[in-house]
Amino acid sequence: MSKKTLAVEFKSVDKWFDDFQVLKDINLEVSVGEKIVICGPSGSGKSTLVRCINSLESHQSGVIKVSGDEVSSKSKKDNKTLTEVGMVFQQFNLFPHLTVKENLILGPMKALGLSRKDAEERATTLLKRVKIPEQVDKYPSQLSGGQQQRVAIARALCMEPNIMLFDEPTSALDPEMIAEVLDVIIDLANEGITMIVVTHEMGFAKKAADRMIFMDEGMIVETGAPEDFFKNPKTDRCKLFLDQILQH
Amino acid sequence: MQKKTVIAILLITLLASCSSPPGTWGWYVIDPTTKAGWNNITFLLSGFSATIQLSIIAAILSIIIGLIVVLPGLSENRWIRMPSRIYVEFIRAIPLLPMLFWVFYGLPVILKSMGINIPIDPFWGAILTLAISDSAFTAEIYRGGIQSIEKGQTEAAKTIGLNYFQTMRYVILPQALRRILPPLANQFIYIVKMSAFASVIGMQELTRRANEVNVSEYRPLEIYTLLIFEYLILVLIISSGIRWLERKLGADQRK
Ligand SMILES: Nc1ncnc2c1ncn2[C@@H]1O[C@H](COP(=O)(O)OP(=O)(O)OP(=O)(O)O)[C@@H](O)[C@H]1O
Ligand SMILES: [Mg+2]
Repeated sequence: MSKKTLAVEFKSVDKWFDDFQVLKDINLEVSVGEKIVICGPSGSGKSTLVRCINSLESHQSGVIKVSGDEVSSKSKKDNKTLTEVGMVFQQFNLFPHLTVKENLILGPMKALGLSRKDAEERATTLLKRVKIPEQVDKYPSQLSGGQQQRVAIARALCMEPNIMLFDEPTSALDPEMIAEVLDVIIDLANEGITMIVVTHEMGFAKKAADRMIFMDEGMIVETGAPEDFFKNPKTDRCKLFLDQILQH
Repeated sequence: MQKKTVIAILLITLLASCSSPPGTWGWYVIDPTTKAGWNNITFLLSGFSATIQLSIIAAILSIIIGLIVVLPGLSENRWIRMPSRIYVEFIRAIPLLPMLFWVFYGLPVILKSMGINIPIDPFWGAILTLAISDSAFTAEIYRGGIQSIEKGQTEAAKTIGLNYFQTMRYVILPQALRRILPPLANQFIYIVKMSAFASVIGMQELTRRANEVNVSEYRPLEIYTLLIFEYLILVLIISSGIRWLERKLGADQRK
């Protein structure tokens, strides 16, 4: 292919919840391997934007492409592209009735058709990568929040995605556990996978992001490289927001 | 009301019925030491077999029909959801006895007009009616259990590529089962009690046999007292089973 394929592409995307417009004319191009951090006030549409990428939400107009393939705005089926997008949720969403290992091998076995042996090999490798190989036979409820979130990251990575979405991965964690999860995400960022992260952890953003996006009221208000973004925000809204969160 | 009060009232009623001359107790009718009494009692107790068979087969069918009914009922699309809702509302509204008459006397007519010559005997007529009638409740129990599982579980399953049936099979149903089983078992008690209606279409179960002995002996007080205790014992056995199940599910809830 002559033209470079983008990892994710939004073209004039609008989305409504009934008559409330959550996303307004979103245009965004994410290249392969790029790390994007999205921030913005509560209710600005950050989660919705991310969830549109893997069809957890459907949009009403515009085009969303993942690795060059259009994500249908109507049917939620036949989205083959979706297993190449991994997602980590604020609330972990591990399967409580399954052990850590079973959580990890379910997708590879059922959706990718891997044998149990191959899936377990993958699981073992990834649990090492998120630094909790010893928890393999525990149930999620027996783990700390930080450990659970790392299992969730490993579960997503087990599908060998090209793109990883993180929606406030550390917001539900006690402060002392935030670092261990961010460390894992930073390691991952250094490995060349495309990442879109919604977070208010600005320390992390400075370290890991190639590009910052500030959202407000359903729009992308400002975007830029971290250095510029933090030093001289162009808009008042962004400046105000950064002042507020950097105070803590 | 206190348990003791209830028992006291029941005893007073029974004793009062003893004092009036024509209504004195006549337990001879089921006295196992006499030949006639023994015959009566074995005849009555052998009704257990049919009652238990009816209830178990109907319950199994109801569990299956309920599942078939509930799955489209969980769809986000209201047109797919609609038939399921209609089924539940409709079936739930029909009293058991009219439905039993309809299935036993009416359904064969329809089948015959379609060229299908399957006679419906009392056994299968009763089972079909009980199963259908109960399936509306079973479906609602499933729906409650499944909808009580957080949306995040479905979303997580979707992000690891599971399709709808895999999500149900591996993620939602195993979790929902813990919340579904106890009310489902309670529902079994309902089936056992409702199976008494099968007596009116000639099914030889507990109630029918009591009626028949009563017709020849005319000892309603003793015979129906026994009948009530027959059901009581059956239900007590089932409910102790339910408590065992609840303890077991509660125990491995959080491993
Ligand atoms: N399923 C839904 N139905 C209706 N409105 C919704 C729904 N989900 C989100 N919204 C609304 O859409 C807006 C954007 O929500 P979204 O969750 O994307 O915001 P956010 O930027 O992620 O906020 P937060 O920082 O609180 O997570 C909010 O006003 C929210 O109330
Ligand atoms: Mg959000």
